[in-house]
Amino acid sequence: MKSVVTGVLSAFAFVALASTAIAETKLTIATVNNGDMIRMQKLTDDFTKSNPDIKLEWVTLEENVLREKVTTDIASKGGQFDVLTIGTYEVPIWGKKGWLVPLTKVDDPADLLPAMAGGLTVDGKLMAAPFYGESSMVMYRKDLMDKAGMKMPDAPTWKDIRAAADKMTDKAAGVYGVCLRGKAGWGENMAFLTAMSNSFGARWFDEKWTPQFDQPEWKATLTAYLDLMKADGPTGASSNGFTENLALFNAGKCGMWIDATVAASFVTGKESTVADKVGFALAPDNGLGKRSNWLWAWSLAIPAGSQKVDAAEKFVSWATSKHYTELVASKEGWANVPPGTRTSLYNNPEYKKVSFAKMTLDSINSADPSKPTVKPVPYVGVQFVAIPEFAGLATKTGEIFSAALAGTISADDALAQAQAESVRVMTKAGYIK
Amino acid sequence: MATLQTRALGRFAVAPSVLVLFMWMIVPLSMTIWFSFLRFDLLDQNAACSIFSPSTLLVAENRCLAGFSNYTYFVTDPDFFKAMGNSLKLVGWVLGISIVFGTLLALLLDQAFYGRSVVRLMMIAPFLVMPTVSALVWKNMMMNPVSGFLAYLFQLVGLEPIDWFAHAPMTAIVIMVAWQWVPFATLILLTSLQSLDGEQKEAAEMDGTPPLSFFWYIVLPHLIRPMTVVILIETIFLLNVFAEIYVSGSGGPAGNLPFMVYKYGLTSNDIGAASAGGIIAVVLANIVAFFLMRMIGKNLESAK
Repeated sequence: MKSVVTGVLSAFAFVALASTAIAETKLTIATVNNGDMIRMQKLTDDFTKSNPDIKLEWVTLEENVLREKVTTDIASKGGQFDVLTIGTYEVPIWGKKGWLVPLTKVDDPADLLPAMAGGLTVDGKLMAAPFYGESSMVMYRKDLMDKAGMKMPDAPTWKDIRAAADKMTDKAAGVYGVCLRGKAGWGENMAFLTAMSNSFGARWFDEKWTPQFDQPEWKATLTAYLDLMKADGPTGASSNGFTENLALFNAGKCGMWIDATVAASFVTGKESTVADKVGFALAPDNGLGKRSNWLWAWSLAIPAGSQKVDAAEKFVSWATSKHYTELVASKEGWANVPPGTRTSLYNNPEYKKVSFAKMTLDSINSADPSKPTVKPVPYVGVQFVAIPEFAGLATKTGEIFSAALAGTISADDALAQAQAESVRVMTKAGYIK
Repeated sequence: MATLQTRALGRFAVAPSVLVLFMWMIVPLSMTIWFSFLRFDLLDQNAACSIFSPSTLLVAENRCLAGFSNYTYFVTDPDFFKAMGNSLKLVGWVLGISIVFGTLLALLLDQAFYGRSVVRLMMIAPFLVMPTVSALVWKNMMMNPVSGFLAYLFQLVGLEPIDWFAHAPMTAIVIMVAWQWVPFATLILLTSLQSLDGEQKEAAEMDGTPPLSFFWYIVLPHLIRPMTVVILIETIFLLNVFAEIYVSGSGGPAGNLPFMVYKYGLTSNDIGAASAGGIIAVVLANIVAFFLMRMIGKNLESAK
């Protein structure tokens, strides 16, 4: 009997000893399921080797689900996550609310691209560290342009795009002049359409927060978009988002594709059948001084109230450091490093050899979140409006414009519905008195 | 017979559990009602708007109280009547399908044949599958326009495969939900069939009753009561269908009221309007339940 008791006691003692010996901090990291993030998960040995007391636990989710989970968690102070992967849309809103811990240990903050750092800074403090950044640009098929006897300017206008698309379209051969986003969602078709509307001189709201969908600029944007897609777009375009268009372009079915700059490494990568025939150009404009490219960064942030700020900050600075960039380059090659966040990367002679490096940098530099439109606006954000109501509102308008692309409603009806919905939402939120 | 004393003791003994059940119901309900009258944006919370600080709560500048604006906002959404229509369509179709097919299958399974118990067990299986799983299976393995089994069948007979969720989302949802609920109806109706009086059957056989008349005059009247039970129970559950719509991504064209509440709560983060929507859904469900109970009550009376 006695021996049993001692046995049990010593077992307890052993467990107690063991658990103090490896008193490790467990970081729960919420992240999005795209290529660069998955790659980071595979490379974390490098981090845990130098920080053996920190254990990483990943919650990898699809973009929309991630957004819902993280938003609910931070707004209700749930404390499920220690590191959050969030976009440029959330950072200014959450930072202003004091929901994020200002970052102090970021590797060489002066090296961050000003356009990126600007969007992530609230009251002079960096609230999130950019993991990768993107703008949008034109990706086109050089061989098809040659065949059409045309040349793509480095900075095309919408007229150039329309002309090139008309020439390249060969529906019998399954080649469509242009592939654009049509799938409903504020991060899908509305990101593209909002950026496009900027180049047409349109804006979401005027200085008094009155919705502007009843203005001629929006009508011009939507008609140009619908006409272009009707003439030269693929069938079923209203359900094509980033992923679907990427598949189409890689299969050689698109003459041009205007989308995120990060796509450049995919269309020139192993999966692409047209890898050696892709050219790049700036997103088109209309001669009004604004181009139709957006600005986005997936960033890592730490929720205020976290018990593990120190460990979390160590991880965030590791993942967004120059050291990490070099690590990826040594293992996967320079074309696969997370782009768009650091000046030093674009000064690196090795990276300069990558075909899309310069165009990506130029695109990022030509977007200005603080002055996104031709006419003055009361908001920041290029392809979004950084107010909490935007996500819901733009999802709804996205559904309306997607229906217009599918042909179930006319452009005029779509704009009238979008205007009515915006007025409804903005009145409820108290912007319109 | 219980004496007055033991009855009092009995009440005293069950009081705690009744109280717990009452709290279980009333706390979430009253919180939802309270939220539905607040201006409550999850991303724009106002610390002053707490029920524990009535002094700041009632100050007009804080704009805490919303009055009925959440309700009017929810009801004036152009999607509201569409969502309500979708809710009713879904309930109506699935009820119809599960009653008709449930009766037929129950009749079939009531026959004596080899391996009946195994077949019965397999029939019940769909009811035990989780809705999210069944939706995933239907979406990716059955209804996918490229690689789905249905597309394969269509191609086999030389037809163009249907892109279910793009062109007939409501039909697709009805099929998925009905697949889950037909077994339930079958189960209830089958047990009832088995309680059909054997002597009555024999008597009918001896009189040479044709099968259809037998079904119409003897089986169907016997099944009316279990059918009303099926209708009642299924209506309650079908008004709340969510997983199938969410997982299949058909919320835009085929969203019902619960899905609309979800959109308000989680995409727009507007807890106030979502709560109002929840209360509206509760009220509508109660109206439906009221009429159903009356109808069923009458049925049960006449069946006696």
